[in-house]
Amino acid sequence: MIKRIKTLFSVFWRVFHSPSGYFSLGFLTVGGFIGGVLFWGGFNTAMEATNTERFCISCHEMRANVYEEIQPTIHFTNRSGVRAVCSDCHVPHDWTDKIARKMQASKEVWGKIFGTINTREKFLEHRLEMASREWRRFEANDSLECRNCHDEGAMDFTRQSSRAAAAHRRGLIDGDATCITCHKGIAHELPDMAGVEGWE
Amino acid sequence: MRTIAIAIAILGTSLGALAQEGELDAMRGHVPLLEERTPEPLYNVENNDLRRIRAYPMQPPTIPHKIDNYQVDLNANRCMSCHSRQRVGDTQAPMISVTHYMDRDGNFLAELSPRRYFCNQCHVPQTDAPLAVENRFVDVAEILRQRRETQE
Repeated sequence: MIKRIKTLFSVFWRVFHSPSGYFSLGFLTVGGFIGGVLFWGGFNTAMEATNTERFCISCHEMRANVYEEIQPTIHFTNRSGVRAVCSDCHVPHDWTDKIARKMQASKEVWGKIFGTINTREKFLEHRLEMASREWRRFEANDSLECRNCHDEGAMDFTRQSSRAAAAHRRGLIDGDATCITCHKGIAHELPDMAGVEGWE
Repeated sequence: MRTIAIAIAILGTSLGALAQEGELDAMRGHVPLLEERTPEPLYNVENNDLRRIRAYPMQPPTIPHKIDNYQVDLNANRCMSCHSRQRVGDTQAPMISVTHYMDRDGNFLAELSPRRYFCNQCHVPQTDAPLAVENRFVDVAEILRQRRETQE
């Protein structure tokens, strides 16, 4: 029995070591191409699956806290029926940045396994830390995820209320503010803002 | 037999009261309790950023903009992120009055007084809804003017 396995393995290794000695170049090229497509497609599909709202709220930490909170906000319920799901704001759309964010997110798996925020109390305790991380990320990438939909070049200030138009002109066009500088807590509840800049 | 009769009588009167209550409840628009009514349309909130005059000097000014989903709780006060003393430079919003920094003994505090924390207790946005009841309020300036006219 062991002998048979050994022979089988040695045959496999011989072919695997130098496949060009056993298969035609055409077969290897086409086979490699098809294999590559399958692998890439599978990888991307799996990654896209982790970008869906269903995936995010499959954990109670997200469903019971942040998902509950977004529901009355304009990004969830509005007159035109456009909805931003979790990944629209929290995952970069650009492929390289997306992969980088997904690698960072592996730490969130750690948190899930060890129950870092598995109760409402723990969640609220960590809220400022988690929110600050997102604010820093948005400050650093100039609110890229907001701008995927809300482009200041496409904004008609005359259609905004005069207060909004003035604030946007002052902060966004003339100043160095980015969306998140003013629009904190637009989709979720805010943590204790004592000490946060702009919330004195 | 008597108990049954009493029970039926009580049931009858309570059901009658229930039906009557449904009729009389103006907030529900004279729709019986067990029927679902079509909700009133939502009215538009005034959002023109123009200050209204106050009907009397002590009136808390109305809010001339939308405040949908503004968070005012233990953690954050969205109103104060524009209207506080430190923020009005950036936002050009009117600063809350000095009385909001006073405690009830008249001492000035460094921050918004806790008794003034919940803005919506006094300040409210306005909508274009028709008046639910007639309003016969007359501005005191108008009364004085009429008085002057009649004296002349």
